Parts: sequence; C-alpha cells; structure tokens
Amino acid sequence: MRNLFLKKFLKSDSNEPFTVNAKFKHPDKAEEINIKDFNLYIEDSHILKNINLTIPANKITCIIGPSGCGKSTLLKSINRLTDSIENVRKTGSILLGNDDLQNCTESELVELRRKIGLVPQRPTPLPMSIMNNVAYGCKIHGVKNVRQLRRTVRHYLKVVGLWDEVKDRLRSPAVRLSIGQQQRLCLARSLAVEPEYILADEATSALDPVSSRIVEDLFVKLKEQYSIVMVTHTLRQALRIADYVVFIYMGEIIEVGEAKEVFNNPKHELTKNYLQGTIS
Amino acid sequence: MSNQFRIIKDKTANGVMSAITIVSLVFVIIMGIGLYIKSIPILEEHSLWELVSSSSWQPFKNDFGFLPFVMGTIWVTMIAIIIALPLSLMTAIFLTEYARKSVKKFVYPALDILASLPSVIYGVWGTIVIVPLISDKIAPWFSSEFSTGYTVLAAGLVLSLMLLPILVSLFVELFVCVPDDLRAAAYSLGATKWQTAKNVVVKKSLPGIFASVVLAISKALGETIAVLMVCGCMPEVPKGLLDACYPLPALIANNYGEMLSLPLYESALMFAALLLFVVVIIFNLTSRIILKRIEKNN
Amino acid sequence: MKSSVIFEKIAKAFMYLSIAIVFVMVASIIWTIFKRGFGCITWEMVSSLPGGGFYIGKEGGFLNATVGSLYIVLSSTLLGLIISVPIVFYLNVFLSQKSKRAYWTRLAFDVLYGIPSIVYGAFAFTIMIYMGLRTSLLGGIIVITLLIIPILVRSMDEVARNFPRDLLEASFSLGATRLETIGVVLRQIAPGIATATLLSIGRAIGDAAGVMFTAGFSDSIPTTLSQPAATLPLSIFFQLSAPQAEVQNRAYAAALVLTIIVLIISLAGRFITNRFSKHKLN
Repeated sequence: MRNLFLKKFLKSDSNEPFTVNAKFKHPDKAEEINIKDFNLYIEDSHILKNINLTIPANKITCIIGPSGCGKSTLLKSINRLTDSIENVRKTGSILLGNDDLQNCTESELVELRRKIGLVPQRPTPLPMSIMNNVAYGCKIHGVKNVRQLRRTVRHYLKVVGLWDEVKDRLRSPAVRLSIGQQQRLCLARSLAVEPEYILADEATSALDPVSSRIVEDLFVKLKEQYSIVMVTHTLRQALRIADYVVFIYMGEIIEVGEAKEVFNNPKHELTKNYLQGTIS
Repeated sequence: MSNQFRIIKDKTANGVMSAITIVSLVFVIIMGIGLYIKSIPILEEHSLWELVSSSSWQPFKNDFGFLPFVMGTIWVTMIAIIIALPLSLMTAIFLTEYARKSVKKFVYPALDILASLPSVIYGVWGTIVIVPLISDKIAPWFSSEFSTGYTVLAAGLVLSLMLLPILVSLFVELFVCVPDDLRAAAYSLGATKWQTAKNVVVKKSLPGIFASVVLAISKALGETIAVLMVCGCMPEVPKGLLDACYPLPALIANNYGEMLSLPLYESALMFAALLLFVVVIIFNLTSRIILKRIEKNN
Repeated sequence: MKSSVIFEKIAKAFMYLSIAIVFVMVASIIWTIFKRGFGCITWEMVSSLPGGGFYIGKEGGFLNATVGSLYIVLSSTLLGLIISVPIVFYLNVFLSQKSKRAYWTRLAFDVLYGIPSIVYGAFAFTIMIYMGLRTSLLGGIIVITLLIIPILVRSMDEVARNFPRDLLEASFSLGATRLETIGVVLRQIAPGIATATLLSIGRAIGDAAGVMFTAGFSDSIPTTLSQPAATLPLSIFFQLSAPQAEVQNRAYAAALVLTIIVLIISLAGRFITNRFSKHKLN
C-alpha cells in the first residue's frame, strides 16, 4: 500500500519502484496516539494538566494556543524529548498503538522515536553533507548497504521536492542550503526512517511565505500516509490545513474537535476569545 | 544490530564516561589533601599567620617568612593585569566592532603567535630585551640608583604580554556572541560605534569579561619560568616597580633541588604550593559565584 | 552629539594604539629570537647530544632536549585526548544542560585549569618521592597529561556547549542513542577539538615548571619510560643561566628551535581549523 502511494506520489519516477527498507516494518493498520491522564511538572510548576487526547491517524492535527501554554512541551512529550529537562516529573501514559511511550525501556524508546519523526521549529541540518543528513537515521538504525541508502536519499528528497534543486551537490554541506530548503531537508530526514507520525513544532515559523507554503502543501500530501501533529501559532495556517484542532490554554486542553467545528462554532468561551484575538 | 545492543553500548559509554569524570574531580581533592599533609610539619612549627606575615627567609636558620614571596606574586600579577586588560579590551573591541576582514587577517595570526609561544621563550625575550631596556632606559629616569633590570616591572611586562592573547581571544568570543539585533537597536537610537561597543557589547559581556580576567589572574599567579627568568629572585618585599621580587612559583622552582636537604625546607616549599593552590581555588570559586549572580540579574 | 564624536575618535586612537603594540611586541619577540638564534645556531647543536664539558662551553648539542620534549608532548597529548574527549561528550550529550553534575564537573575543571603547573609538578614530585620513584620520562608524561586535561576539557567544552540543543533533539528524534549522537556533535566541534589540541600541545611543549620536578634532566635520549628525560624549555633555562657566552648561545639556538616547532604547530592548526569548519553552522 505504501509503495502504491509512493508511486502515485512520484509520477515522474513511476518506472523505478521504491522498496521500503526491510529494516522498518510497518503495521498494517495505522496506529493512533493515545494520551491518557498525562501530567508534566518542571520543579514545582505544573506545565501540562491532566491531558487526555487521541490523535487520529492519517490526519493533520493542529495544536493551537497562546505562547507558553505548553503546546511545544506536549509535542516533545510525545517522543520524550522532555526527558532531558532537569527536575521533570511526569505521570500518566502516552500510547502509540499498544506501546506505552512513557514507560518503555530505552531500547523500545529508540524504536518508538524512529516511528515518530520531528520537524523542528528552526531547521536543524546536521553538520554533514545533504546526502548524509538524509541517510543518517537509516545508518543509525543499521542500514549499511550503500545502494539502499542512496536510493532512500534520492527517494525522500524527491518526496519533499528537493531532489532537482540539490541533485548536483549532494556532497556539499547541508548548511549551505536556503532556510526553506533546509526545512524540507529535515522533513526528508525524518521521513527516511519511515515514521508513522510526524511532529511539527511551528515548522514553518522561521520560513518565508513561499517556502512555508511549500512545506504546508507537503504536509497536506503526506497525510495520506502519515499522521501529522502540528503546533502552530498562525491560526490561518491551522484553518488551511488542519483536520483536527486541539486548543490548549495554561497547560489544559480546553477544546478538541474537527477543525471546521472548532473554528466556526467554538463551544468554549476561551476558545472563542482566542480565535477572535482577545487572548494571545 | 539490535536495539538492545545499541542501548547496552550507550549505557556502557555512560558508565565509563562518568567514571572518568568523577576520577578527575576527585583528583582536585587528593591534590589539596596531599599538599596539606606535606605542609603539616611546617604548620606545626610556625603558625599560619607567622608564616605569611614574616618577611625573613632563612631556611637554614629555621626562618620561613613568606611575605616577600606573597607580595612579589601580588605585585607582578597586578602589574600584568593592569597592562593587559585595557590593551586586550581595546584590541577585542577593535577586532569585533571595527576591523575590516583584511585587517583581521593580520591581527589574528599575530595573536596566535603570542598565544603559542612557550613561556621560556618569553623569558629569553625578557632577558634580552626588557631587562636591559629597564636597566638602561627606564630605571635611570626614576632614580639615580643602579637597577639590574630584573624587576617587578620586567616580570609584569613579560607576564602581561603572555596574558594578552588569552584575554583577547576570550573577549572576542564573548563579543561575537552578542546578538547583532542589540547593536542594531543601539545604532537606531543614534549611538556611535564606540557608544554601542561600550554600552551594549561590553556591558552585555561583563560577566564573561570578569570570568576571563579571573582566568588570566589564575594563569598569572602560577606562571613560573618566564617570571623566574626576569624577576631578580631577591627574597625581600618589593617596595616599587623597580625592585626585584620573588614570586611563589619562582621560589618553588628555584629550590626544589636543595629542598630535600632539610625536611622542614621541603615542607615549606610544599606549603608555598598549597598556598598557590588554595588562592587559585578561592579565586575560581568566588568568581563563579559572582558570575552566577550577575547572570541571574540579567 | 559633539562629545560623542570626540570620544569615538579617542577610542579609535586607543584601539589603533593597542593593535600597534600587539604587532610591535610580536615583531620584537620573533625578531629577537630569530636574530640571536640564527646568529649562533649550527648543525652540530641541533643534531648531536651534549658532549663532555658541555656546560662549560665545550662541544655538543641539545638533541636530547628536542627528542625528550617530543616524547613527552606527543604521548601526553594523546593520553589527554583519550581522557578529555569522553568527558566533554559526557557533559554535553549525556548530561542535560542544567544538570547539577555537569555544573560541578565544569567547576572542578575550572579549578584544575587554574592550578599552576608548578603546583602539579610539586605535588607529583612528592608523590614520586613517597613511592620511591626517581625522575623519569613517565613522570613527565603523567604530569603533562594531568596539566593539559583541564585545558582540553575547558576549551572543547566551550565549543561543545554552544552546540545547538535542537540538533541533539533532531538526532534523538530519529531514534539515535546518546552514544550515536556523539558522531554528530563530533563533526560540529571538530574545529574546537583541533584548536584545543593545539593549544594544549603549545602549553605542553612550553611547560618547564611541571617537568622540572618529574622528568628531570638528562644528557642522553631516554630509551625506557623509567629514565629521566631532558626537555627543550629546561635546556634553554639551564643553559641561559650559565655565565659562558658559548653555553648561552646554545640556549638561543635551542630557543629558536622551540619557537620554530611552536610556530609550525600553530600554522598547522590554522590550516586544520579552516578545513574542518566546512560543515559548521554559521
């Protein structure tokens, strides 16, 4: 099914079938992320309060809310990047399918993290060539075959529409790309380890309108195959691409629902105010 | 390669690394204790205050007064910092705020050279250039007495030159880290380049500047060979810039050969080492604490 | 308005003066060492060991010191890197940025960094006496290693600390373990490691106070770790304190050799740093 999708996606490349790395097995049915009674404290402050949330598969879920409300922390909790914060305390569970992300062993964690890609706020090209940036994740997870790696790199650079722009300079440092290109490279890097979920933390906020539009369009195309969770500041963006919207205020989920529903007919007073711009 | 194996490797690395780190930490403590044990004999014989405040140094008559050496160290360090600090600040500001690329291309290698030269070379240069300069040109200006040139001033000058590249590179690193937005903000208020450098760049980096100076001082305190070669090595409290002096490290280095002749002598020199050790630690710790406080206030 | 322009001019004048002083001093040092050194250096001095009556101006050279220095510096730099690189990675990849342990470790290395080499030397000397060891090549290597570890750790850490946390997270989120993420950090701080290494080589080769107590001095090249070894700085120091002009001349020649070695290292450093920084951010 995945290959079919990819073929459809890459019309120009359809005569060259892409084989998914055998390393990474995919579940037949897309898994959902379930967050249950999740609380997060840093020192004495209660950052995330009693979060209960189901993030549907193959949809774009936008997390919106005023700055400092815990959007990014929630996102980072999903793939446990919050672990490195000093004096952090967490209760509750986050499930991906049947695996508990909060209470898993470290060896399960590296596998689960692979299944959840992250596109950061500012592009973070690793200090290596364009080629190695995309191949990095695969190499870490034990893919050694050079041809396989090459093919993966080319494939995912095509997916993010970067191939034609960089095919002649795959060996040059990734930091020389423009910032919009870098962000797409980061996306390609995340996709290369075949994740199921993509977490995007204000992935377009550092980009110019044109690049940000390109990335947005990519997300919309990718949701056929991946589940995307986005944190965004721009309501307009959420309006454009979100299927589901989660509104967070002061570390609490205020409202969840279909995007249209929430935007057109917010149930909660706070949501209404936020959408009208009275709280920001 | 299974994930399990990757995690085991990761854990092992964690263990090894933390072990190495802890061992290096314990080393500080061992060193302090070791030096203290060696200084016990002399501390039993003379009180700490007696040792530090007496200025009579006659090891073979059981007279161990460290005042000349302590004062020598303080004099030389102070002179070196007084000369090096403004020079290095100005140089660093010039390099980050004013200089064009073509100028930097010449200045950085020059500083590199200064930084890379060993202290013994500074010593050689000091004895060939600075010492005669002081005895022939500078000293006659200030007093009619003859000066050998091996003086506090010579040691301070040589030392300041050694501190210069360290300070400049530390400062430049600090100044470069000041975001350009801040500079732009100052310029847009109509500040001149110098005002911006002074009020924004330097002010923003003050904690770092302070830390750099402390580092430079601790380096200056312990500098041995270069100072030893130009200081004159007279165990008397220096009264002015043109007196000879005898800093603590020079004392230790000069006498390690004969110290084994008397048990108390050895203990005295180890006490000197302990003194340096303690002073350096106090310097580092206080500076760190002050630094943290300044950081918090910002 | 007007006064600010005047201050600007004054400040600028001081800056040019500072730069001029730097250049004059560098020129003076290099000129002095080169002029004196080339004035008296001969092939015999560089290529031979001290002969009989060396210290009263008879024949011989300082090859013993050159080789002794190289032995000590190369082995201790290697040892130092083996110990300090893991520490830097531990601090920056394994520990989180605000961790207490990282804080105390950095503080301890600040303290170690500040401890003068003469104190290291004196401390090591007493330990060696206590253990009944004589001055030896091994003693010198150990002391210099201890001396440069804090330099290496501090200067590498300075670079590694600026390593963007985002990049670490990017690597973690791809499922990399901390150990594997080191590879990424390594590329980024490679120039830092190179400069730190060169810095420490410079300090190691020029250090006299530490080896004075521990490596001792010898007129021959050590063949085992337990023999004492001469070093260039000490050789210069001892010969310069002799009254005879012939012996002093050899000190100048030795100073020239040391300076040239150091300058070559520094040049190499510049070259390596430029090459390594290809993938660096900014």
